[in-house]
Amino acid sequence: MSADSVLAAPTDRGGPAQPLLRVSHLKKRFALRGGGVLEARKYLRAVDDVGFEIAKAETLGMVGESGCGKSTTARLIARLIEPDAGELVFDGDAVGRFGGMALKEFRRNLQMVFQDSAASLNPRLALLDAVAYGPRVHGLSASAARHRAAALLDRVGLAPAQFGARYPHELSGGQRQRVNIARALAFEPRLVILDEAVAALDKSVQAQVLNLLQELKVERGLTYLFISHDLQVVRYLADRVLVMYLGRVVEIGTVARLYGAARHPYTRALLSAVPSMDPSRRTERSPLAGDPPNPIDPPSGCRFRDRCAHAAEVCARIEPALFETVPGHLAACHLDDPASGHPEARVPLASIAMPDGVGA
Amino acid sequence: MPDAAGGGYWQGVARALRRDPASLASGVVVLLIFALAAFAPWLAPADPYKASMLRRLLPIGSAGFPLGTDELGRDMVSRLMYGGRLSLVMGVLPVLLAFVIGTSVGLFAGYVGGRWNMAIMRVLDVFYAFPSVLLAVAVSGALGPGMSNSLIALTLVFVPQIVRVAESVTTQVRRLDYIDAARMSGAGTLSIVRVHVLGNVLGPVFVYATGLVSVCMILASGLSFLGLGVKPPEPEWGLMLNTLRSAIYVNPWVAALPGAMIFATSIAFNLLADGVRSAMDIRR
Repeated sequence: MSADSVLAAPTDRGGPAQPLLRVSHLKKRFALRGGGVLEARKYLRAVDDVGFEIAKAETLGMVGESGCGKSTTARLIARLIEPDAGELVFDGDAVGRFGGMALKEFRRNLQMVFQDSAASLNPRLALLDAVAYGPRVHGLSASAARHRAAALLDRVGLAPAQFGARYPHELSGGQRQRVNIARALAFEPRLVILDEAVAALDKSVQAQVLNLLQELKVERGLTYLFISHDLQVVRYLADRVLVMYLGRVVEIGTVARLYGAARHPYTRALLSAVPSMDPSRRTERSPLAGDPPNPIDPPSGCRFRDRCAHAAEVCARIEPALFETVPGHLAACHLDDPASGHPEARVPLASIAMPDGVGA
Repeated sequence: MPDAAGGGYWQGVARALRRDPASLASGVVVLLIFALAAFAPWLAPADPYKASMLRRLLPIGSAGFPLGTDELGRDMVSRLMYGGRLSLVMGVLPVLLAFVIGTSVGLFAGYVGGRWNMAIMRVLDVFYAFPSVLLAVAVSGALGPGMSNSLIALTLVFVPQIVRVAESVTTQVRRLDYIDAARMSGAGTLSIVRVHVLGNVLGPVFVYATGLVSVCMILASGLSFLGLGVKPPEPEWGLMLNTLRSAIYVNPWVAALPGAMIFATSIAFNLLADGVRSAMDIRR
């Protein structure tokens, strides 16, 4: 295979209706230290049966508190960590299965931008070399790789003549993150995972990088998995949003549905925690009481019930599955399932009090 | 590609070193000592082995013997110059060998991690548990006296220490996101270790190893004193210091000269190591 074909842009296979990536039953637990000979070994279920789809050319936002398994999910998808269970189907091909897509091929289609812009660049490599490294690994000649790297640096707004020979410590956080984006694009990936990619940046720089990401998405037909804890940013960038709580998906829906008519009590609590510029919408009361429960020993049934105002007896017994309330809008809450046996179930949407500042 | 960047990087390090007066001075001292030792046969004013009972323990500044003579009447200037050859070899060679072996083992243990790391590090802990001097004496004694055996013994003393540093730095580097980014780009382990890990591990390990040179020189001298290393009449600073011990009340300044050489060389190496470390820290 020639170097050019190695780095040719991957082509669409299944057509626009086929999801670009389908994740199903993804699981990962981490063994904890301290399990003795007599004591049963304890596990932290970081990601517990997560499944979702990402459509072609969409941006899927992934939100949740820190420690809820967002980053672990991202790393599991990228296979930087080996999952315990689960299946990835990339544009119709099962990843890492016989007859499917090889891991190396999958990784070429998928790139990642990390939160810590400084730690994701080798301090010893000049920027041009850092971007050119990937294409070099895939067999592109030194000059061709440099050429490609220079074009990418130029595209993300860093003049290669001025920045190419510089080292990461000579750059600002925003500039470094641009380099990381350029590196991620060096393979013409189809899916880019942005793991808190703008979280560490100043608001003004954040806006510039977000605009750059939007431009690149349109220009190159990219699909984003955008992980963030910043609900405003997700609202701006995403088409659909996925909410995670303690290693599980609790709600998925379009931005309009989620920010307008969130179903899961946890999502509604999260949304009411977003700071508002309007003084009349300010609230003194905390939307959520307490810390998330210990993921080593989560509550029985619904994991959110300890902090939920609507918790009933059924919530302790049965763990709610994702239930489609409106087509394309799923929530894992007994309230939405008329057959769940929850006393408040199937209450008309309007009568559930929305927290301040949401749905208006 | 990465090589070109490496050249630029090392040029930057050299520039930073030249700007720092302490590194510059210690670098000159180290070079001077090396030059004096290397060119001893051409520079030495007298035969370092030629003894004379008539001129034993002449003081510093005697006619024809600017640094005096030792307990057998041999010229101190010549003996110090010749002594530097063995002392420097004994100080640098074991550290260099341990640097190569230790870095390789440490990189492997740190990058592979898990059970391999556990096995390697626990075995090395056994060596680490002994004080360096004791270990050097024990190994040297077991192998039998002689210079090559004491070289082996000293190398063995330093390997575990260097492995520890290399392993801990590798473990830190391995967790950084740029290693994950490199894995995402489909690079093989060898390429990742060569381009992304080695460059970032070599610096700290190199600086640590430079600091060991002085320790190694002193240990080598100790071995010679015990009769396990260099044997008389071979000039070597540690051995000279010991044989001149008896003259400390007669002619203390002459007796202190080999010690002063060891001291000056150690200090110069340490200062140089410090300078190199700060010059290599490009995130200043």
